Amino acid sequence: MYGKGLRPLAITTALVLTGAFALVFFWAPNDADQGLIQKIFYVHVPMGIVALGGFVAAGIMAVQHLRTGDARWDLRSYVAIHLSIVLAVGVLITGMIWAKASWGAWWVWEEPMLVSFLVVFLLYATYQPLRFSIEDRERQARYASVFAVLAGAFVPINFAAIRMAEAYIHPRTFATTGGGLPGDMLITFLVALAGMTLLFATLWKYELASKHATFQVRALRRRLLGEDELAPVRRSAAPTL
Amino acid sequence: MPALPLDEAGPYVAAAYLVFLGLVLVYVAIMAAKLGRLERELTELNALARERADTAAPVTGGTEEPILHE
Amino acid sequence: MRHAVGALLRKDLALELRTRESIPAMALFSLTTFVIFHFGLDRRSVEGDLASGVLWVTLLFAAILGVNRLFVAEAEQGGFDGFLLAPVDRTALFVAKALALLAFLLCVEVVAVPAFAVLLLGPAPGPALPGLVAVLLLADVGICVIGTLVAAIAIRTRARDLIVPLLALPLLVPVVLAAAQATAPLFAQGGAEALPLRWIATLALYDGIFGAIAFAVFDFLLED
Repeated sequence: MYGKGLRPLAITTALVLTGAFALVFFWAPNDADQGLIQKIFYVHVPMGIVALGGFVAAGIMAVQHLRTGDARWDLRSYVAIHLSIVLAVGVLITGMIWAKASWGAWWVWEEPMLVSFLVVFLLYATYQPLRFSIEDRERQARYASVFAVLAGAFVPINFAAIRMAEAYIHPRTFATTGGGLPGDMLITFLVALAGMTLLFATLWKYELASKHATFQVRALRRRLLGEDELAPVRRSAAPTL
Repeated sequence: MPALPLDEAGPYVAAAYLVFLGLVLVYVAIMAAKLGRLERELTELNALARERADTAAPVTGGTEEPILHE
Repeated sequence: MRHAVGALLRKDLALELRTRESIPAMALFSLTTFVIFHFGLDRRSVEGDLASGVLWVTLLFAAILGVNRLFVAEAEQGGFDGFLLAPVDRTALFVAKALALLAFLLCVEVVAVPAFAVLLLGPAPGPALPGLVAVLLLADVGICVIGTLVAAIAIRTRARDLIVPLLALPLLVPVVLAAAQATAPLFAQGGAEALPLRWIATLALYDGIFGAIAFAVFDFLLED
């Protein structure tokens, strides 16, 4: 059952995330350098970290799928990748807004998170077309898992490599007058990160429960109407159970 | 990086948080559509099941009641 | 396993020698790309990081051409089924194909790098050579590991020629990044400077990690 525990999870998410944003606007001190603009950091970076984590987690789930052949792992991996792609788009857009406000340009190559997310997004944008282009369901799931493993390993390596290159050119600092991330900002950031992680978990569970319900309904329909009454199955990129 | 004055900075920060909110809401909307479709299909199947039960054994007065009431 | 790899590799090399399909095309493509770069950049010579970038982008795209052709013979003429019937470790096919691609790339580079030095490179290439060879080898291994994996994934799909670059290019960003950063000082205007070791280490790490993953995962692509 995927829906179990979803309600308390969702409530916790709402509380933590709202609390985080409250801290951002009412408690965290203003950055000495960037002023109000710095507040974008609290939504941009947690989304980034959770998306990266989501891609890696999807890779681990894909390993499980390859090892056990259980299609449920493929479904979990698929949903995790979907959610992470949405978050990645969010990271790119909020990153560009931050870049425009901070440096006056919509894009800066000096921001490692922004650049590495562009590459990661371009990579994972191929996931759906890849799945769609393989008709046999079992092979589709297997190839998708191979991709998820490859890409999941790639994400941290890519981030590290880009960070190394940019660090060479443009050291990044978060400065208040003290330098580095001071206590208040750190706490706010951690709460925002926790909230974002909970949000990911909630939406992941939510989508799994929804998909599972759809499969049950489809099975019910098949049972009531017989095999031939089923609407012609279109080629699809989504896994089924 | 000189700090933008508050009135200029505000819209950017607001835009960033609204992007986040927008993404979540779009997601909710898509899930709502799926839920609606699921509900329709279930009602249809339920009606079908009741029909089958009716034709198999005509309703006498409540022995074949479906679990869900109208 | 070595016998299987040897046999497969010999077959691919013999095939290439007889048909001369991939290597001339890849080499020609590189030369043409250099010419295009000349017109596109409107420059008579390049040095430093520009030279580095032009060289690596050209080699990368030439490699993609080779990757596209890598498993075509197997797919069209039942080579996969034949291989699956043989009592050998399936990863042997991966190793053989990756080595074949490496051989093709090295042949292409023997032509393309001198051509680059003649056509576009400003500073003299001589002192840069040992460092360049080291970077080429390491980067080529990375390109071949990823290229072979991606080729194997794409060959069974419907849009294989499209999937290959879409998959391979983002995956190869760290390789291009590290290789370009490593060779940029070699092409410096004032004379070749030292080879930055951190990028060599990055390339080696990348090759190791993805080589290991490829070994673990290749089997799953061949099951049917």
